[in-house]
Amino acid sequence: MIKLKNIWIHLTLIFVSLLSIFPFIWLLSTSLKGSGENIFAYPPTLIPQDFTFANYVGVWHRVDLMRYFINSMIVAGGTVLLNLILSSLAGYPLARMEFKGKKIAFFAILATIMVPFQAIMLPVYLITLKLHLVDSVNDTMGFIGLIMPFAVSAFGIFLMRQAFLAIPREMEEAAIVDGCNVFQVFWKVLLPMVKPSLAVLAIFTFIGSWGEFLWPSIVLTKEAMYTLPVGVNNLQGMFSSNWRFIAAGSIISTIPIIIFFLAMQKYFISGENEGAVKG
Amino acid sequence: MFKYYGKTAPYLFLLPAAIVLIVFFFIPFFQTILLSFQDYSTNIYHATFAGLQNYIDILHNPIFYKVMWNTLLYLIVAVPILAILPLFLAILINQKIKGITLYKILIYLPVIVSIVVAAIAFKWLYAEQGILNYILNVLHINSIGWLTDPKYAIYSVIIVTIWKGIGYYMMIYLAALMSVPKELYEACDIDGAGFLRKHLTVTIPHIMPTIALVTTISSISAMKIFAEIYVMTKGGPLNSTKTIVYYIYEKAFENLDLGYASAMAVILLVIVMIFSLINICCFERGKYQV
Repeated sequence: MIKLKNIWIHLTLIFVSLLSIFPFIWLLSTSLKGSGENIFAYPPTLIPQDFTFANYVGVWHRVDLMRYFINSMIVAGGTVLLNLILSSLAGYPLARMEFKGKKIAFFAILATIMVPFQAIMLPVYLITLKLHLVDSVNDTMGFIGLIMPFAVSAFGIFLMRQAFLAIPREMEEAAIVDGCNVFQVFWKVLLPMVKPSLAVLAIFTFIGSWGEFLWPSIVLTKEAMYTLPVGVNNLQGMFSSNWRFIAAGSIISTIPIIIFFLAMQKYFISGENEGAVKG
Repeated sequence: MFKYYGKTAPYLFLLPAAIVLIVFFFIPFFQTILLSFQDYSTNIYHATFAGLQNYIDILHNPIFYKVMWNTLLYLIVAVPILAILPLFLAILINQKIKGITLYKILIYLPVIVSIVVAAIAFKWLYAEQGILNYILNVLHINSIGWLTDPKYAIYSVIIVTIWKGIGYYMMIYLAALMSVPKELYEACDIDGAGFLRKHLTVTIPHIMPTIALVTTISSISAMKIFAEIYVMTKGGPLNSTKTIVYYIYEKAFENLDLGYASAMAVILLVIVMIFSLINICCFERGKYQV
């Protein structure tokens, strides 16, 4: 009886798992098919008959995917770093200090959760232009422009505030008795204690920044500045109907994030960090 | 506890985040509202005050209604599926069976992969002589233009959004399921309640707040859809997949009609804010106590 029930559960989950990965499998299959094989063949073949890595070599030579990868690393890395610094700095007084305007600061930050970036992207772009944070000035300014609008989020600030709230007050008292000033309390005593939250914030900010498409496709003008999502989308135009190349390029671009996901899987699928991630 | 910090310390700590939020959030927020009362349609460099004209124009624009209808379709189709299907999967995955981690990884995979790659992968499945049409033909159904027929295109795009969201919401449900007291299930077993009854009487009532939470978050993200449309259809054919964010993008960055785009952005803003307020006040209150 019990066994039979489990078989149904397994069958359902296997089916859903296959649906989840099939689009990638099919793309992978196409990317490995040589020019001798019709990729529109009826019936379709999942296992390539004319197996080849030529599409990978071809797309690697014609498109600077490594450049896109480095650009994505710079943008995601910078975004993560700034989020860690700014969120923990801002989260600390909101958790631990009493000051005039605390309520206002609190609700102002909360308000930012309610407003989607998509609704304010136009003025954000105009301001970015005015501050010369665009790739037409130079690459560094271009990167800063890609990063700054996402350098801090209400989600991060509240996450860090919660983390600071959970630390016993005695920790600070002991540090002050030992002669620490407020910055030392923050840096040497409190920050090391919120490492788990910093890790969560880093990982989810990284995923969000890595996949970001709308903002880079608005601000970027130079191909050499493309991040992976923008570059991959551009493959469609470059190889109009060469689906072997488009597929190969897409698969290459996905490898880094899949490795990252598998390495950090406990943060995603342990069920402890829910409500984290994206908006 | 004694006050160990000076008067200025709290402000110094808040300053960096405040600067970023003011420059890249609060100023743009108010500027959006201001721009929505300006007319840029004749000269991009010289705006004139337009009053409510942009809003009036929008309300007389048939494409706007089409766009709102598409966005509404997204809500009607995607949100219920994203609220129910992941819950069902979470219940299945919450059983004590082998291979759970592998299932979780595979089902979560679409969440972390870039939406651009996902959209390209689906575009390939949807190709005219693609594998989905082959499956239809095997079932003796004529091929359809998944992305080229105005009747079907929006649903094809919605499928991608659903496919990419299932793993995410499943993990939210899974976390909620862990908080349901085990004793309640044991009581059910003693009473001899079946699988369905057990979950209808214990699980569902217990995680009702999470169901509501998932409903509002998925509604909000449905209203912000952009990349899927941009990569797969560019809003076509015949505006059949144009959603509000895509239309704002088009008006702002392709037609350079800043006032018009901003007025639509304000409309989006109001709608999303209502949903977010419901979310914050009803479901995530604990997180945001002063």
